[in-house]
Amino acid sequence: MFLTISTTGTPERPATDLGFLLHKHPDKAQAFSTSYGTAHVLYPEATAERCTAALLLEVDAVALVRRGKGKGRGGAPDAALAQYVNDRPYAASSLLAVALSGVFSSAMSGRCNARPDAPAQTRPLRIEIPALPARGGPDLVVKLFQPLGWTVTAEAVPLDTEFPEWGDSRYVRLVLESESLTLAEALRHLYVLLPVLDDAKHYWVAPDEVDKLLRAGEGWLPDHPEQKLITSRYLSRRWSLTRQAMERLELVRLAETDDSEVEAIDNAVEEPEDTPEAEEKATPLAVQRRDAIIAALRDAGAARVLDLGCGQGQLVQALLKDVRFTEIVGTDVSMRALTVASRRLKLDRMGERQASRVQLFQSSLAYTDNRLKGYDAAVLSEVIEHLDLPRLPALEYAVFGSARPRTVLVTTPNVEYNVRWETLPAGHSRHSDHRFEWTREEFRTWAATVAERHGYDVEFVPVGPDDPEVGPPTQMAVFSVRTTNENEKEAKAA
Amino acid sequence: MSETTNGTAENTAEDSTMDTPKRRTLPVTDLSLVVLIGASGSGKSTFARRHFKPTEIISSDFCRGLVSDDENDQSATRDAFDVLHYIAGKRLAAGRRTVVDATSVQQESRRQLIELARKHDVLPIAIVLDVPEQVCAERNASRTDRADMPRRVIQRHIRELRRGLRSLEREGFRKVHILRGVEDVENATIVTEKRFNDLTHLTGPFDIIGDIHGCASELESLLGKLGYVDGAHPEGRTAVFVGDLVDRGPDSPGVLRRVMSMVGSGNALCVPGNHENKYGRYLKGRNVQHTHGLAETIEQMEGESDEFKRQVREFIDGLVSHYVLDGGRLVVCHAGLPEKYHGRTSGRVRSHALYGDTTGETDEFGLPVRYPWAEDYRGRAAVVYGHTPVPQATWLNNTICLDTGAVFGGKLTALRWPERELVDVPAEKVWYEPAKPLATEAPGGHEGRPLDLADVHGRRIVETRYQSQARVSIREENAAAALEVMSRFAIDPRLLPYLPPTMAPTATSHIEGYLEHPAEAFKQYKEDGVARVVCEEKHMGSRAVALVCQDAGAARERFGDGGTSRSSAAESGGGPTGALYTRTGRPFFDDEARTEVVLGRVREAVTAAGLWAELDTDWILLDAELMPWSLKASGLLRSQYAAVGAASGAVFPGALAALEGAAARGVDVGGLLGQQRERAADAAAFTDAYRRYCWSTDGLDGVRLAPFQILAVQGRSLAALPHDEQLALIDRIVEHDGSGLLQTTRRLFVDTGDEGSVRAGVDWWLEMTGRGGEGMVVKPVEAVVRDEAGRLVQPGIKCRGREYLRIIYGPEYTRPENLTRLRGRFLNHKRSLALREYALGLEALDRLAEGEPLWRVHEAVFGVLALESEPVDPRL
Repeated sequence: MFLTISTTGTPERPATDLGFLLHKHPDKAQAFSTSYGTAHVLYPEATAERCTAALLLEVDAVALVRRGKGKGRGGAPDAALAQYVNDRPYAASSLLAVALSGVFSSAMSGRCNARPDAPAQTRPLRIEIPALPARGGPDLVVKLFQPLGWTVTAEAVPLDTEFPEWGDSRYVRLVLESESLTLAEALRHLYVLLPVLDDAKHYWVAPDEVDKLLRAGEGWLPDHPEQKLITSRYLSRRWSLTRQAMERLELVRLAETDDSEVEAIDNAVEEPEDTPEAEEKATPLAVQRRDAIIAALRDAGAARVLDLGCGQGQLVQALLKDVRFTEIVGTDVSMRALTVASRRLKLDRMGERQASRVQLFQSSLAYTDNRLKGYDAAVLSEVIEHLDLPRLPALEYAVFGSARPRTVLVTTPNVEYNVRWETLPAGHSRHSDHRFEWTREEFRTWAATVAERHGYDVEFVPVGPDDPEVGPPTQMAVFSVRTTNENEKEAKAA
Repeated sequence: MSETTNGTAENTAEDSTMDTPKRRTLPVTDLSLVVLIGASGSGKSTFARRHFKPTEIISSDFCRGLVSDDENDQSATRDAFDVLHYIAGKRLAAGRRTVVDATSVQQESRRQLIELARKHDVLPIAIVLDVPEQVCAERNASRTDRADMPRRVIQRHIRELRRGLRSLEREGFRKVHILRGVEDVENATIVTEKRFNDLTHLTGPFDIIGDIHGCASELESLLGKLGYVDGAHPEGRTAVFVGDLVDRGPDSPGVLRRVMSMVGSGNALCVPGNHENKYGRYLKGRNVQHTHGLAETIEQMEGESDEFKRQVREFIDGLVSHYVLDGGRLVVCHAGLPEKYHGRTSGRVRSHALYGDTTGETDEFGLPVRYPWAEDYRGRAAVVYGHTPVPQATWLNNTICLDTGAVFGGKLTALRWPERELVDVPAEKVWYEPAKPLATEAPGGHEGRPLDLADVHGRRIVETRYQSQARVSIREENAAAALEVMSRFAIDPRLLPYLPPTMAPTATSHIEGYLEHPAEAFKQYKEDGVARVVCEEKHMGSRAVALVCQDAGAARERFGDGGTSRSSAAESGGGPTGALYTRTGRPFFDDEARTEVVLGRVREAVTAAGLWAELDTDWILLDAELMPWSLKASGLLRSQYAAVGAASGAVFPGALAALEGAAARGVDVGGLLGQQRERAADAAAFTDAYRRYCWSTDGLDGVRLAPFQILAVQGRSLAALPHDEQLALIDRIVEHDGSGLLQTTRRLFVDTGDEGSVRAGVDWWLEMTGRGGEGMVVKPVEAVVRDEAGRLVQPGIKCRGREYLRIIYGPEYTRPENLTRLRGRFLNHKRSLALREYALGLEALDRLAEGEPLWRVHEAVFGVLALESEPVDPRL
């Protein structure tokens, strides 16, 4: 991994002052050892007119992997990445940021004994990073650097020129130019924004990381328009970094077995969205859905309730607030979702009486499960669309045939409504893991068939604004088991 | 009706009337709850110790000690009895006789024990030690811990005991032995009796015959077809009747006569059906409705002699509700029986055996709705039963219903055991109109039901028939990970009868520049005693398993309807004709139509090669490699491999230029420039390496499938078929492929003991990998091979090419300092994992071949997936 810092100068203010500022002599190649390899500083050019310092970090890939076998694997950059071929030796990731702060620490803090005034002076700067990993692409790179006074040239690097259909890689060839910044400011920008752009669950974020961010961000971060994204990317992954690594391991190995990306199978837990708008928009519908579900459960007089596919436990949390729900069981097939749910509910700190009302355990709707028998109601909220259609009959039998609660609530997106989501490109589903999204007609047909086959009655409730043309964003079916009495009545009527 | 009518009443009658005999033998059933009843000091503990195993006895004093550190602490009595009941319950559930050593003089305490016995469907047996108060008091006085027990306590015990004596049978004890006085107690001996249903010592062979319902002529035809001559089989086979001999049909007396004579002469066994039961009650003069065909039986029996009627009554009276046969491998009863009732004795066991499990509801035809117990059945014993007429007898979860509606114009069916062959004769006519049409499918049917979580969840041990891997354990966290992947991504488990095991690489090579080299593989097999091996080209694609059926009908019949909506698939005759899935059971293509095209091309090749008939099958399970790699792994390629290529490609020109610039200025850059040039070259070699396994595809154009093993066909696992024969069959399929989909697997046979042959193998590998090939897999030609100690030998060892390994170990792995470190890799865990997964895979195929229930096949398949999530160096 590699970057260059260049400046231009005049005989009065020679460009070679860069050497003083960086505390590295332009006529020497110097090497510094860092935790993951050796950092070299050298100057390909050094004249009064133009001076360029290059930072080259040689990463020891084998050591990177070995280190990963340490306690908890926390010492490594991402545990999954460490086991595999990875881009760390080449891309300007957080490892480079760490090296930067180590090798140029005085320059970063603006100290220069030989030229005490120099650090405070702005000068023409040009920084080149040929391979900058950037989640969010050139656009985000521009958004992050431009407000700081940089002229930004960011070009995406193609993945493989032999396979143009693969598109661009996540690397950007970046050139930053400015006349109005000090070197210390420039280095601090890089120190914070390289890992923010990389966003690759880079290294163990220690508790003092907040202080580091505040120090490095002094003078520029508070006014940055993307401040929220920067801080959240820099810090918010903290627990996901440390815990996630452990919780995902088994799944990671199965993904490897199958030549798949980890994300392809470990997507049961939503990663927090960067864009705050997305959250604000999604929340009200999720809340409306929960309200509708709780209202339906109350109407059904349910006290012992199953939340099948409870995900991160939002509904369980809402149900706990109402004492009429005396027993709440949340199940999910994803252990990671259950761990998140348990943490959200603070199960380990909950009082005994409260805790006795709630249980979380792993179950699968592709299998019957005797533990789910005998409940008043079961909720399948935004669950069925995560199953491949051919496996839906197994879910039907597991829920309506085997668990057989008196009431079953099923919610699922109404695909007709998708045209009303402004942010959703036409023909796209609302979530990448949705295996299907149904129209109202399709959902009703399915629900009626299931109800008939298993002896339930079914009614439909719109959730969210009921658009006269395309219906509500979420559709809910309320199934009630037919009692024997009703069966007889029906038989007589027939 | 009581389960143990035979004998019990007589015994108890004898007990209560006999006075002070010199020698008393007390019959005690082998599985029972024996309750000793007697005052404190009556000698219960001594009696128990003398007659029962120490582990059979649970004493209340001991339990008091367990919970309070003081065997005589009366305040701990409640907790002590909780413990006692708990332990007794666990023993009874496990089928172990249990003796309770407590005073049990109060009716309430006995009631709890009787309830416990009933809960576990075992006989409660009472043994009363009625010893004079004086004796009890003296004995207690001689014990330091009881010396101060008040006399009135003993007096109260004896008073309560006497009061309860006469009502013990009414309370529910099925045998009552009363020992009066010290001498009686001293002289008693216990005789252990087997349960009537325990015929595990009989090994047959058996011919189990379904519901006859008075179809005497069909019965004679079937017996003839089975080889019986005048009620006896020349080869000594035993007929077993599942009951419902009578009612509805034309000649119930004829059937009874035949069956009774066969049972009488020891040529047959018979369990009662609900129709015998009802007729038996009629014969005893009870008031029963003459419905469901009973009227016909009564009418037909009118002409029979009183003597015959008496024999029939006795015969029916003596029938035992179910039999456990053939070392516990076979259970026969009329209406089916869950495992927890096998060999048990209680009213509800009998009721289930005769009537099945009814939900209490009635269906639209007024018939009771039956609970599909067989769907939940997970027992190891095969349960053979009748009772519910079905058009065709089919196995479900190791149970089979033989009532094929002979009296309704269906057929009369027999099952040969242990051969598991079905033999049937058609009904001569519709003798009786059915109240409702015969169900179109057996309960659960081949359409099946979802598997149960208990089949796969949590820590498990999967048993296989492979000696060194006979018990493969699955850890809980691995099962949890597998559950997620299986539930969220895999195809229908019915179409997923196999997952391929992982494979270990060859031992690490020390040849300069190489981490893997085939010389090590040949050496290892030579050491394992394997002389002939085959080297098979390793295709760089993605592992694929293809289940190809002759048509959608065959797929439905053999593997269920594949999860498509039941009704629509059945109506249209459509549905999948197989499956094409990855190493974790995911479908290869999201698009079902595309899968069908691939399956269709394979099917045509198999057809053209004439293999359906030759292998006597209508489906074939293939292990294969699907290419290009980029087809399946494109996400991975983009995010990891191509990304590394892109990053390195972008970074080196600038870095090298900077170094060259500095060097040109006279800066001493030392070896850094040369080093960076090497790194740049390594990175370029890496990019070349992955590019070889990528090519563009358009639809299915450019997609290739290279099958290398036929895993199984109908009724047979071919996993043990030697690889030369395997490849010969595969070659014929590939040759007959007109679509360009199938690709051959190049191979070379090597003799591990012949230096020249080994050298040729190495050269072949060098040549192949030199041209960019991934490498090869070395396998023993004989496929499933065991070493001298009977342990499985690795089924294959992979030798990956030097350039290919860059993709695995990183661009710079060939640098000498890196190779040195990488040579420290550990292979043992990977090897052990490979063998465990291999055994599970073989086991899945064996279970599939033997027609075992879905959950059994799935258990092994799931185990492979779970093991794949075990931590092991993924680069191996």
